[in-house]
Amino acid sequence: MQLPAVLCARLAGGSAAAEPLPVERDPAAKAAPFRFAARLVRFPREHEFFEDGDVQRHLYLRDVLSQVAEAPERPRRAFPSGHLLDAHILEWHDSLFQILSERQDMYQCLVEGCTEKFKTSKARKDHLVKLHLYPTDFRFDKPQKGRGPAMLRGNENVAAEPLGDDREQSEGEAMEVCCEPTDPSPAPEGGRWTYSHRIPATICFGQGASRGFKSTKKKNKHH
Amino acid sequence: MWRRRLGHLRPVVCGVEELRGRRREKEAALRKARREQQLVSKRLLRDDAPDESGEGCVVAILGEAEVQQFLRLAQRGTEEKDRERALVSLRRGLQHPETQQNFIRLEGSMRTLVGLLTSNHALLQLEAARCLHELSHSEQSAVAEACLPATSYLLTYLSGHSSDFIELCLYTLGNLIVESEAVRSQLLPQGIVPAMAACIQSPHVAVLEALGYALSQLLQAKEAPEKIIPSSILGSTLPQHMLQLLQPGPKLNPGVAVEFAWCLHYITCSQVNNALLITHGALSTLGLLLLYLAGDIQRTEDAGLELLACPVLRCISNLLTEAVVETMGEQMQLRDERVMAALFVLLQFFLQKQPSLLPEGLWLLNNLTANSPSFCTSLLSLDLIEPLLQLLPVSNVVSVMVLTVLCNVAEKGPAYCQQLWRGPLLPSLLNMLAVSDTEVVGQSLELLHLLFLYQPEAVQAFLQQSGLKALERHQEVAQLQDRVHALWQTALHG
Repeated sequence: MQLPAVLCARLAGGSAAAEPLPVERDPAAKAAPFRFAARLVRFPREHEFFEDGDVQRHLYLRDVLSQVAEAPERPRRAFPSGHLLDAHILEWHDSLFQILSERQDMYQCLVEGCTEKFKTSKARKDHLVKLHLYPTDFRFDKPQKGRGPAMLRGNENVAAEPLGDDREQSEGEAMEVCCEPTDPSPAPEGGRWTYSHRIPATICFGQGASRGFKSTKKKNKHH
Repeated sequence: MWRRRLGHLRPVVCGVEELRGRRREKEAALRKARREQQLVSKRLLRDDAPDESGEGCVVAILGEAEVQQFLRLAQRGTEEKDRERALVSLRRGLQHPETQQNFIRLEGSMRTLVGLLTSNHALLQLEAARCLHELSHSEQSAVAEACLPATSYLLTYLSGHSSDFIELCLYTLGNLIVESEAVRSQLLPQGIVPAMAACIQSPHVAVLEALGYALSQLLQAKEAPEKIIPSSILGSTLPQHMLQLLQPGPKLNPGVAVEFAWCLHYITCSQVNNALLITHGALSTLGLLLLYLAGDIQRTEDAGLELLACPVLRCISNLLTEAVVETMGEQMQLRDERVMAALFVLLQFFLQKQPSLLPEGLWLLNNLTANSPSFCTSLLSLDLIEPLLQLLPVSNVVSVMVLTVLCNVAEKGPAYCQQLWRGPLLPSLLNMLAVSDTEVVGQSLELLHLLFLYQPEAVQAFLQQSGLKALERHQEVAQLQDRVHALWQTALHG
């Protein structure tokens, strides 16, 4: 297919519309038996017109294998999500939270985008399970059993205790009901300190959270 | 994904013919699936670096006992290295469908895996996520659906901090999304759309591409036009962000753009509220993207550009049919002559690389020219009639569409027909009359009628080039005879 040389120049040129030639229709144009009418055409989703393009699209999806980044040398722990981090900080570490929660609904729904708030964590749990179809033992909503979080104030380089403990997972415990957070105690009874000496991770509360998995492998896949 | 695909092609071990044969089989299967409205595709992320043993391709099947052993070790091992290795072994085993079956048969296995996924050990989390990913990719519904207990966590992690982890979660979710309506009915109330809306602001290309994939699968769902697009999608900030990711310029990433262009196509062809998309500037963005694509084709001839061109063409074509476009008046984007130029660059590219996409390009050409004297004039003034005629022999479908576009031009009157008449139009038209396809001939007759009406010298030329003889062979065909007869009369008697 030969394209006129002027086309490339036109494409590179400025935006402009052609001054239209005068339109002059004769009614005889549409006289029977002729029936042509210029019209816009629209195709709905499942129309067979799209078959070829759709097949190409799916071949593309299926043919690709890709590499996941290798495991990093120095793993950094990531809090599950920014949203939960905010909720966690608020509920566990903010003494103002305790005061306010006596007067108004302070437990916010854990689902991103849901603005519901509840009086107790049990009420929130019921909401999560009924409305959002969350599992009844959703790990990131477990109240701590008498265990305080690690030192947080002023020190940015300490890992937060995850709300779920992987050691407990095999016992299949049900979620504790209605355990309002108490003020963080300095020495948890029978619990574990949560210093981060095992985990070299750093979490920055507030601005600029660090990346969880900083790969040391040079990535040639991003550009 | 895009660049990775091009960069990690395996060396060809089997013959080219065999590869072509396999591809044809795959295509045939996909066509059948599409006709049955079952066209789904899962994506698999897999580390294809050779494993330690150097084996590479052979995957040992793990029995239930072995699966249990690895899970226990991962969960309760004292040495972190042992725990990781156990999960890696499990993950490798899960590449095999039989291991997957053994895994889901084992009581408590998913629960344990979810526990590892939500542990505070980054490497265990990653390996657990990879195990889940393998399971999500299974063609066995039972296996994929066994992943459901993990979805709330996958969604939570979408707003986490590790882009690699998020990418993996997204592809896993994407695979689960296509599994069934039942799965989607769980994911939607769990907040998948808001989670995606948050994710789309990620600066990471790999995350965006994965998100685009997952979202495109959600939008392709059967129930999407009624249950997903109207409130969840159109009520979110996703459309605006999608359009931003389609803006041409130095930041445009082809792999990302492909995914979101398909997302946009699934939304627009659902005809839910395209007027809203237009107010967000969809036509403007897509028009600029079309120009950009044409420029790119001229520069690089990159294989794979058709993957982006196809959904872009579809979106523009469908959006142009919206009533609001007319009431907006003929905005500049909709009259910009460069769009016509760009489209022909694409048509030429399709002719060479992907002829099956020619109808899609011609569909846009129809929608540009049907009601627009300006675009019809561009077609003439840019000398595009002759290139258009060169497409006639490609196929019957293409012939009909080319002839329709020519009719769009001709029906606007004498000034247009006069320009149209220059060049090889008549010989091409006579060739079309020699074709046996009724629709092609019918459209040729319509064009002839317009030419006879608006360009009197066409009649003479027609007679001189044995036009009557060309007409004769169709005078018995039911759908054609009235028009054949009418033209015959006009040609002989004026």
